[in-house]
Amino acid sequence: MVALAVAGPITYPAVGASLDVEHVSHAFDIDGSVLPVLDDVNFSAKPGEFVALLGPSGCGKSTLLRLVAGLEPPRSGVLREDGDPVTGPFPSRVVVFQDPTLFPWRTVWKNVALGLEAQGILKTQRQRVDDAIDLVGLSQFRNAYPHQLSGGMAQRVALARALVNDPRILILDEPLGKLDSLTRITMQAELVALWQRKGFTTLLVTHDVEEALFLANRVIVFSDRPARIKADIAVDRPYPRHRGDPRLAELRRNILGLLGLDATW
Amino acid sequence: MSTYSASKAVAIPQSVEEGAAFAGRPLSLPASFLANGAAVFASVAWIGFGLSCLWWVDLADWPRTHALAIAAFVIAGGILVATLSAPWLGRFGPALQQRAPWLLALGLFLTVWEVATAKLAWLPLPFFPPPQAIIEVYTDDLPKLLDSVFASIKLQLGGYAIGAAVGFLTGVSIGWSRGVGYWVHPVLRFIGPLPATAWLPFAFFTFPSSWSASTFLIALATGFPVTVLTWSGVASVNNAYYDVARTLGAKPWFLVLKVAIPAALPHVFVGLFMGLGSSFAVLVVAEMIGVKAGLGWYLQWAQGWAAYSNMYAALIVMSLLCSGAITLLFRTRDRLLVWQKGVVKW
Repeated sequence: MVALAVAGPITYPAVGASLDVEHVSHAFDIDGSVLPVLDDVNFSAKPGEFVALLGPSGCGKSTLLRLVAGLEPPRSGVLREDGDPVTGPFPSRVVVFQDPTLFPWRTVWKNVALGLEAQGILKTQRQRVDDAIDLVGLSQFRNAYPHQLSGGMAQRVALARALVNDPRILILDEPLGKLDSLTRITMQAELVALWQRKGFTTLLVTHDVEEALFLANRVIVFSDRPARIKADIAVDRPYPRHRGDPRLAELRRNILGLLGLDATW
Repeated sequence: MSTYSASKAVAIPQSVEEGAAFAGRPLSLPASFLANGAAVFASVAWIGFGLSCLWWVDLADWPRTHALAIAAFVIAGGILVATLSAPWLGRFGPALQQRAPWLLALGLFLTVWEVATAKLAWLPLPFFPPPQAIIEVYTDDLPKLLDSVFASIKLQLGGYAIGAAVGFLTGVSIGWSRGVGYWVHPVLRFIGPLPATAWLPFAFFTFPSSWSASTFLIALATGFPVTVLTWSGVASVNNAYYDVARTLGAKPWFLVLKVAIPAALPHVFVGLFMGLGSSFAVLVVAEMIGVKAGLGWYLQWAQGWAAYSNMYAALIVMSLLCSGAITLLFRTRDRLLVWQKGVVKW
C-alpha cells in the first residue's frame, strides 16, 4: 500500500465534498455550569483536501469532529457539507475514533459490513466489504474476532469499516494515537496512500505536530479551551513527504511556537 | 461452578509412563498396568462393591441385590478392559484415564453405602435405603417416574420460555426507553424481589387450572432476574458503539437489534442462568402443593407412603435434569458468545 503513494503535484478527485464550518460555538453543561468548548470557529476545507486540526489535549477538537459527523448539533453556527447544512449523522461523513470500537461480537467481515447493513444495501453489495478488507490488507483475518487482533490491525479494520461506505468526508479522531510508534509510522503512510487513491476530504484531529505535517495539506492550530483558531498553515510540500524535510522542520518550529512550546525546541 | 472445571481441563501427564500412554504408543502389559494405576484401583473398587453385595446376607428383602453385584462386576471388567486397550480407543482412552480417580471414589462410596445400609444397618432403615432398593425403583416404578419426568419438563419448559421471553423484552424496553423505564421500574422494584412462591395462594385461586397457575409462578421466578440483567446489560452498552453505528447510517431499530441486544447478551445469559435456578425451586414447590403430577409431586407422594427409596430415586433424576438444563443453557451460551474470552466452564 505504501507503494501507492504517488509523487508529484496534488490533485483533488471529485469524490471529496467541501466542508464549511461557519461561526460554530459549542458548550457543555456540567453540574449546572456552562463549559464553553468551541468559540466562533470558522474554516473551510476544499473537496479532497487533507486538513489537520492541531491543539492542546482537551481543547475541544474532538467535539468539533462530533459536530462535523452530526452526532451533536452545535449551540450556534452552521456546518455545511457541499453547501448543505449538517443536521445529523450520515454515511457520507464517517468517523474513525481513537479506539477502534469494533463490535466484539462481530467478525472482521461483519464489522466492516456494518455500514452497508445499516443502510440495507449489504445483500447486493457484499463485494464492497471484501474490497475494503483487501484495501487495508487484512483479507486473511476476515473471520477473526476483534479480541484476536493487534491494536494496529483493529484500527485498520476500523478504517475499512469507514471506507466501505465510500465517504466524501473522512473524519479521523486521533486514529493512530494509541498505536506503537512503528505501527503508527506505517499507518501514516498508508493513510496518505488511501487518501490519494480515494480522493475523499479528510479531517484529522491530532496532537502530534509531526503527524499533522507529514499528512495534511493544511494544519489548523487551535488554542486552549474554549478552542479558537490560532493559525491556518498551508503545508506546501508534495507527497510522499520525508520526515527529515527542512521545510517541515521549520513549520514544526512555528507551530510549537504557536502552542507555547518553542522553549522545548 | 468452578469446581466442575477440573473435569474439562486437559489432563497433564504425571509421569513418563503416562506421557507415553497419552502419546498413544502401546506399552507392554505390566508397564501399562503401572501407568493406569488409578483405573486399575477403580476396577478393584467396583469388584469390592460387587463382593460387598454378595458377602453378607441382606437385612431385608431386596430382589435386585444379585443383579446389582453382577452389574458391578461387569463395570469393573469394563474399566479394566477399556484401560488396557486405551491406546486403541482414540479419544476415549485419555478421557477414561482422566476420570479414573472419580470411578475409584464412586466404587468406594457405593461399597460403603451398601455395607452401611443393607448389610450392617449402620444407617437406620428405611430412611437410608441401599443402592439395590433405588435400582429397584428404576426397574419397577419406571412408568410412573417417566410420567413425572415428562410432566415436570413440560411445566418447566412452558413457564421458563414465557418468563424468559417476557423478561427479555421488558429488560430491553426499560434499558432502551426512558418512558417505559419510568412506568415499569417502580412496578419491577415492588413486585420483583417478592419470592415467586409467595404468589402461590393467589395464583391457585386466580388461574383456571393448577397447571396454568404453576406456569405463571415459574414464569414469574424466571422473569425477574432475566429482566433486571437484560436491562443492566442494555444500559451498560458503551455509547461509542452507538456513535459508530449512527455515523454509519444506523436507524434506531438497528441500534436496538444489532447493537444493544448483542452487546447485552452476556448479561442476559447470567439472568437466564439465575432464572433457571429460581424456577426449579418454584417448580418443585408448585408440584408438591398444587399440581398432581411431576417429580415434585412424586417426591411428596413417596414421602407420604414412606417409600424412601422412591424419594431418593426421584431426587437423583431431578438432579440430573436440573444439571442437564444448565448444561444446555451453557452450551447455547458458548455457541452464541464465541466472541467472548474466558467464559465460565460448566
